[in-house]
Amino acid sequence: MRDFSYMQADSVGAAVASHAKGADSAYISGGTTLLDLAKLEVMRPGHVVDVRKTGYDTVEQLDDGRLRIGTNVTNTDLAYHPIVKEHYTVLSDALLSGASTSIRNKATTGGNVMQRARCAYFRDTAAPCNKREPGSGCSAIGGHARSVFAVLGTSEHCVVAHPSDMCVAMAAIGGVVNVEGPNGKRDIDFLDFHLLPGDTPHLEHALEADEMITHVTLNAPIKGGKSHYLKLRDRASYQFALASSAVIVAMDGDVVRDARIAMGGVGTKPWRAAEAEKSLTGKPATEENFAKAADILFANAKPTDDNAFKVPLGKQAVVRSLQTVTA
Amino acid sequence: MSNDIIGAAKPRIDGPDKLSGRARYAADHYPANLTYAYGVFSNIASGKIASIDVEKAKKQPGVIEIFHHDNFPKLHRSPSNFAQQNKVDEARLPFEDNNVYYGGQFVALVVADTFENARDAAHFVDVTYQESKPVTSLTAALKNGDPKQAKSSRHTRGDADSAFASAAHQVDVTYTTPVETHNPMEMHATTADWNNGNLTFYEASQGVVFAKNTIAAVFGINPARIDARAPYIGSGFGSKLWIWPHAVAATAASRELGRPVQLVVPRAQMFTTTGHRPATHQNLKLGADANGKLQAIVHDSVNSTSFVGNYVETCGSVTKSLYDCSNVRVTHATAQVNQGTPTSMRAPGAAPGLFALESAIDELAEKIGMDPLALRKANYTETDGSKSLPFSSIHLMECYEKGAKEFGWDKRTPEIGSMKNGTEILGWGMAACNWEALKRDCNARVALRADGTAFVSCATQDIGTGTYTIVAQTAADVLGLPLDKIHVELGDSAYPSGPLSGGSWASASALPAIHAAAKKAADQLKGYAVEEDAVFADAKTDDLSLADGKLSLKGGQSVDFVQILQKRKVAEAFGEAYTTGATGDEYSFRSFGAHFVEIGWDPGISRLRVNRVVSAIDCGQIVNTKTASNQVEGAIAMGIGMALFEQTEYDHRSGMPVNNNYAEYLVPTHADYPEDVNVLLLDYPDYKFNDLGIRGIGEIGITGMAAAVANAVYHATGKRVRDLPIRIEDLMSA
Ligand SMILES: Cc1cc2nc3c(=O)[nH]c(=O)nc-3n(C[C@H](O)[C@H](O)[C@H](O)COP(=O)(O)OP(=O)(O)OC[C@H]3O[C@@H](n4cnc5c(N)ncnc54)[C@H](O)[C@@H]3O)c2cc1C
Repeated sequence: MRDFSYMQADSVGAAVASHAKGADSAYISGGTTLLDLAKLEVMRPGHVVDVRKTGYDTVEQLDDGRLRIGTNVTNTDLAYHPIVKEHYTVLSDALLSGASTSIRNKATTGGNVMQRARCAYFRDTAAPCNKREPGSGCSAIGGHARSVFAVLGTSEHCVVAHPSDMCVAMAAIGGVVNVEGPNGKRDIDFLDFHLLPGDTPHLEHALEADEMITHVTLNAPIKGGKSHYLKLRDRASYQFALASSAVIVAMDGDVVRDARIAMGGVGTKPWRAAEAEKSLTGKPATEENFAKAADILFANAKPTDDNAFKVPLGKQAVVRSLQTVTA
Repeated sequence: MSNDIIGAAKPRIDGPDKLSGRARYAADHYPANLTYAYGVFSNIASGKIASIDVEKAKKQPGVIEIFHHDNFPKLHRSPSNFAQQNKVDEARLPFEDNNVYYGGQFVALVVADTFENARDAAHFVDVTYQESKPVTSLTAALKNGDPKQAKSSRHTRGDADSAFASAAHQVDVTYTTPVETHNPMEMHATTADWNNGNLTFYEASQGVVFAKNTIAAVFGINPARIDARAPYIGSGFGSKLWIWPHAVAATAASRELGRPVQLVVPRAQMFTTTGHRPATHQNLKLGADANGKLQAIVHDSVNSTSFVGNYVETCGSVTKSLYDCSNVRVTHATAQVNQGTPTSMRAPGAAPGLFALESAIDELAEKIGMDPLALRKANYTETDGSKSLPFSSIHLMECYEKGAKEFGWDKRTPEIGSMKNGTEILGWGMAACNWEALKRDCNARVALRADGTAFVSCATQDIGTGTYTIVAQTAADVLGLPLDKIHVELGDSAYPSGPLSGGSWASASALPAIHAAAKKAADQLKGYAVEEDAVFADAKTDDLSLADGKLSLKGGQSVDFVQILQKRKVAEAFGEAYTTGATGDEYSFRSFGAHFVEIGWDPGISRLRVNRVVSAIDCGQIVNTKTASNQVEGAIAMGIGMALFEQTEYDHRSGMPVNNNYAEYLVPTHADYPEDVNVLLLDYPDYKFNDLGIRGIGEIGITGMAAAVANAVYHATGKRVRDLPIRIEDLMSA
């Protein structure tokens, strides 16, 4: 790990100003991603701005029914927040399926949104990686690319899956990421926040220079919606998803009135499945329709040499989730 | 032996020290003037170091010295002689030359004033390589040519080939197991401190005597000048049996610099430079008659080894004696790959070997249409066919029967996928487990002290298994003292020479010696008690007995044993004893058992979990039911990992490991451990083996476990997975 200067900011203004002083600044919150990668020399910040004393550590229900989550709320606190447990089950379940208890106790909302890829080649500074060193090549392609690699949204420059569970639930719920930077505040649609790799896999998110996340604001729960998060993996805990599904469904009798589906472990970003949702809306909740939706979801899947099983697995995840919420 | 001590479920006496952090491990020692070393590791798997530029690194804060092949002191290889107790698996010393034989090999060593400075500076060492194409897997190595046969572990009897050819039922299949990394919690670590040519050597080691002798051989000095210490280690599973390059590197740096050096091997390099279980390819041929009686067994195994050591994984070690069969051939061979040198990992040979054999037995049962348990019983034997000797004590049949009853095996319906629970298909499988009973020479010293305590010392180790506790129990039993009055000192080569903690032989070797030494100590005390002017001046020592801290005369008075010592004005009454590792040639000594496993397979979401395990184990006298069950329970967890998760994965182009951390090298978590695990300990003392009837229990539990899981998976899914680990994609329908 390289030496860096450290500043503990007491306000978002101070944090942004301090961050703007250098080109190699990094915000730090829980540090479970940043310090891990700094020790591996994958991230080499020259200046680190600690945002944990800037406030933004509460969860509030807004008058319009939306839920505003401060960036510094830990994954544990968010998962067990009464409103989240009651009205955003999918988010609580997703959070609790992630990492380990000790990591969740440290990890924060903003940090989780910003967490980096878990690709072994990204983590190995001796291996070519377009995300770490643009233009150097992608070692995962033709290399070892099973567990944490995507089948949707990949490019010839990068095939790693977005690692977050929390973000999958948030993508299904919908909302905005609230940010503040040198030019003031703005909101970014959650679904536009994470970027597809394309030919710029080093660009991962929609933040402008020095912008800091202050909140994530989630849409109000769908009336009568039932939600579910299902994470499939080799072992029962402490592993990133091979495939996961976050679904929220509201029914009118036997007919699906509203469906929200997002997938994890299979996409290069938290994968909202609008086409699959559309195919279900107004249709009876039958196994056949669920299977159809799953087929639509993975119609354009492009597996690596090692992860073709993620296509049927992803379909199974979404079908079982839909069954669970409509049972 | 009295029942309230031996065989009781005593909690670990070292528990409070470990919980409170008082227990100090190899990297918890900070001698004055300590320096810290950090390695630079090759990021190619094969080739030569073309250049090393240390100029920039040397200018980093706190850097004291940087060692590499051009300036590392010239040392000697250890002769690697087991009898002389200086065995190593990787004989090549670090920095011997500029060759790179494996990824993650030490290519330089930075010594600095702090750990952080050393690690930071290591990133500035600029190494360039001349890379050659690495051999990155056992499969690739076997394409390059024939493997090297290992003659010493070969066994043949009868004519296996023709018996197989003419057998009514045949199974001829190949199984593979991957490289596994031990991954104990505690990192490999050395703290080396030279003073006037004497070395204090703290090492995360399963064998302080071997550590002392090996380091002495490498540095060409008298072993008496070395004090090797490992009072606590955070487990090893075999990876800490022998000295690895880091220990030599740190010790040499300390001698060169005239300052103590501490070196902790990072987790990533635990996957490269401290051993691993090699990959195996095993061909099994089983031939049986119409009734399932085995006619032929052929077990040909080959494993990966490195270019700097020839390690043989003896997969057929159990195959040659588990079943009654007159025509048997077992062979082993090795093929070189560009990986670090493999080494023993919990139940070496038997763990991968019984995965193959016990899977093949089930495949045979399927062919014959027999119940897998019935087939095993039909081939039961009480004679070791490889030695033509009876087993000293065998209760395998009882393991089968008790285990089956407890598990409910008779309710198993044999049809594939026929047992269900909700969305899950249940699979029931079983397998035998087996491990050789071994013991080694051992010395021990026990003293009854004038302060009312007893002091036991032996240069064996407690590697987290409970050795401290069972040593105390053994001494307490003889001395008639409560456990909290017994002070046990292990893990220091200055104590009477004791065995490695490996091979499941530490208990069987050390406890008889401690028992004998305790008796001698008691005898000396009794001798003092009957001396002229002493309390029992006219008594016979045979009429004296020790209990509750008192010496009592039959039908007479009792006195505190302390009084005897005080009167004599001595610090202690003590005894030293030696017990032999020799076992004679009348019996074959082995431990036996059987696992019964239920798995749940949810085909709708491709989820595979182990639901339930019953294991019945016959391994001689149980000294402590708590620590003994714990060994088997831990081995069951490790066996589940072996079956479903564990595998060191390498990039097939570069040969570098890609899952070299705790997040991606999967071992079972608590959530993977079945709620319903029942360990049945049979507890038949084996007095033919040693005076206490103890055989050891550290390894047997992992053997057969992966096969029991694989057999259960087959029962649920109809998919016979012959390549570990079993992954969900192997089971998903096409
Ligand atoms: C072993 C392991 C296993 C894991 N398993 C899982 C898993 O199964 N599922 C899962 O979802 N996650 C998993 N994680 C990832 C974990 O959830 C993230 O590391 C964590 O959420 C990051 O949060 P943090 O607060 O610690 O972020 P930090 O490490 O502090 O920061 C992460 C990134 O966000 C930036 N950042 C932090 N705060 C802000 C802000 N307010 N505005 C802008 N940028 C900011 C930092 O600069 C940095 O780039 C795992 C992590 C580890 C180490």
